[in-house]
Amino acid sequence: MLGKTAGGLFWMFRYLERCENTARLLEAGWRIALTRSGDTAGEWESVLNTAGIRNFYDQKYPEVDAAHVINFLLRDAENPSSVLSAISVARSNARLVRTALSSEVWEAINEYWMAMKAALARPVTEKTLAAVLSEIRNRTAIVRGTLHGTMLRNDIYNFCRLGTFVERADNTARILDVKYYVLLPSASYVGSSMDNTQWENILRSVSADRSFGWLYGGEITPSAIADFLILDRRMPRSLAFCHAKILENLDHLQGDYGQQLPCQDMAQATSARYRNRKVAEILEEGLHEFLERAIQDTALLASQIERDFRFYG
Amino acid sequence: MDTKPRFFDEMYDASGAPRDPYRLYSDWFGQEDIKHLRQKSQDAEAFFRRIGITFNVYGQQEADERLIPFDIVPRIISAREWARLEQGIEQRVRAINAFLYDIYHRQEILRAGRLPKEIIARNEAFLSKMIGVNPPGGVYTHIVGTDLVRTGEDEFYVLEDNARTPSGVSYMLENRETMLQMFPELFTKLKVRPVSHYPQNLRRSLADCAPPAFNGDKPEIAVLTPGIYNSAYFEHAFLADQMGAELVESHDLRIVDGRVCMRTTQGYKAIDVLYRRVDDDYLDPLNFKPESMLGVPGIMDVYRAGGITIANAPGTGIADDKALYSYMPDIVEFYTGEKAILQNVPTWRCSEPDSLKYVLDHLSELVVKEVHGSGGYGMLVGPAASKRELARFEKKLRARPSNYIAQPTLALSTVPIMVKKGLAPRHVDLRPFVLVSPDKIRITPGGLTRVALKEGSLVVNSSQGGGTKDTWVLGD
Repeated sequence: MLGKTAGGLFWMFRYLERCENTARLLEAGWRIALTRSGDTAGEWESVLNTAGIRNFYDQKYPEVDAAHVINFLLRDAENPSSVLSAISVARSNARLVRTALSSEVWEAINEYWMAMKAALARPVTEKTLAAVLSEIRNRTAIVRGTLHGTMLRNDIYNFCRLGTFVERADNTARILDVKYYVLLPSASYVGSSMDNTQWENILRSVSADRSFGWLYGGEITPSAIADFLILDRRMPRSLAFCHAKILENLDHLQGDYGQQLPCQDMAQATSARYRNRKVAEILEEGLHEFLERAIQDTALLASQIERDFRFYG
Repeated sequence: MDTKPRFFDEMYDASGAPRDPYRLYSDWFGQEDIKHLRQKSQDAEAFFRRIGITFNVYGQQEADERLIPFDIVPRIISAREWARLEQGIEQRVRAINAFLYDIYHRQEILRAGRLPKEIIARNEAFLSKMIGVNPPGGVYTHIVGTDLVRTGEDEFYVLEDNARTPSGVSYMLENRETMLQMFPELFTKLKVRPVSHYPQNLRRSLADCAPPAFNGDKPEIAVLTPGIYNSAYFEHAFLADQMGAELVESHDLRIVDGRVCMRTTQGYKAIDVLYRRVDDDYLDPLNFKPESMLGVPGIMDVYRAGGITIANAPGTGIADDKALYSYMPDIVEFYTGEKAILQNVPTWRCSEPDSLKYVLDHLSELVVKEVHGSGGYGMLVGPAASKRELARFEKKLRARPSNYIAQPTLALSTVPIMVKKGLAPRHVDLRPFVLVSPDKIRITPGGLTRVALKEGSLVVNSSQGGGTKDTWVLGD
């Protein structure tokens, strides 16, 4: 496979994942805005912080309010993380690597892009937001479904999966890091209703409110959330899960190519950080420090993958 | 139906009765509901968008992806008509390859005085770097797209030979797929010869011309594209996909140990045959245009040393140069010893003073083309031009007469297209696709029919608002 093709697949799936993550973040923020009276600007700010585009937003708009944030996240062409930008980049990468995709995957992503161009041609209002978000969820599911159902499990598939899990690991770590303070056992927060909303929101941002409920009953505690999103290998958006998948796909590539590469050693070391750990240790070590390192590790691993498989030269 | 008698309509004869090849189709059409067919037209467009059969338009601010309009009424050619076309095309393509070999070796045709020396010597399309080079398998033009027009029952003309990098074959294939999906019942009624083996034949034709440096059991084939913003990118990706070849760009390639190699996830791997969709000028910045970002520095040296096959060979442009076009009947006769089966359009070379005078006197009746132009850019269609356009063109013509040739406005045949009220005749041309192997010439039955969608228009180019049709060659 061409190095360029591997890179195109990797980025195509990173951006697809990014679309979904942005939409989910927006959905969680929107829910808070609906269920809480009074000031919701703080919630929108943390949404912007999680997406890593707060500064850029502040340059464009004087204040943080729902209407602007929604449109900034969904359809602002200047915002590289907006759903419209991300789906365009994903689709343009798909065009680049068309020869590596099944026609089903290509058509799914192409139709996704066409649907988004149409749905996001005009500003999204509170009335139309739900429909747009549900369309994003459905379209993403179709691309993922065609990937699973129609693609050969070879190196092409591995690069798609690597992109997905690198982006997802980064996203989950960011969500936690922006909100890490509400997960700390600090006296001022414990027990207040403010807590519960914040915690629920974290779970919603990773579509984990239901599964968390199954596992822990009705009781939401900060350390259970941290455990669930960092260490639980059953949870498909946890850091442990993402890094196990990254390692698994690199192992497949090693099997195919018959060559042990530096990125694999890195992935092994990273993945080991999430195995046989207790969440209490992490909290004691410092949650923020732990998450900062997690974000950095993922970024370094991604650039090592780029080098080892010659994405750019 | 509204048929103007001065044009030959391929579906209906002068009395309004369907011509032979269209009889079954016409019966079928008569029983269909127009509304239903119009819906099918829209379905086809949605289908094309979904699978992304688009082209990019040059000169637009953003790289805009457009759809080439597709018309659901097929263009139908009888077995007898096709047999003659096939013979004529094969003869012409053979002559072109013989001419290319000769012009880059002994130049017998110049010695024999059948072609003026200066037409070669002063021609930019003649690549001196190709002198004495023997392309692998002896093939210069692996792929040719001969543009034909029809003016009557038995009158076909060759408009252009397209011996460089002809495009459009993906539309031929996708148009057929679309028709098969939309009108399966028609294909059970009519015996339409298939076109779907084209990619396999292309692969075979290319593989049969592996270079001397090839040592393995299966030649590595790659398609070289200028990139995703090129107008024909869809086609490049499509062909690579269908052939199971890699789609490469300049920055994927590098010369390693005398071979052109592509950067893979496991290191550099040699390419045996490069189907390039990049013009000669841009192929090798070391040997040609130094500013080119689309080519591979030094590829010409590898080529000449037998390290790679380039398809089509560099320098084939001399064969479809418009300045040479008028000599094609002589060229065919010189190399095959036979009269040309397909006619040439009468052509005035504006470089000749008598011809120039005639052209200037009859500008409003003629089609004037740039010698090196393509795609319908920079041409004048006299009968359709305004007085101002004519005056402006006259100036250009006087300033650089040798840059132009002129031809009579041909009464292009028409085939109906689907419009709101039903069928309406529109002008068409035909581009069959020809594959050349060392031992065989294969012509896919059919080709790309381009149609001018505007009533009365004679310009069929997709860049100028033309559409396409599926082309059916009937079996015996």
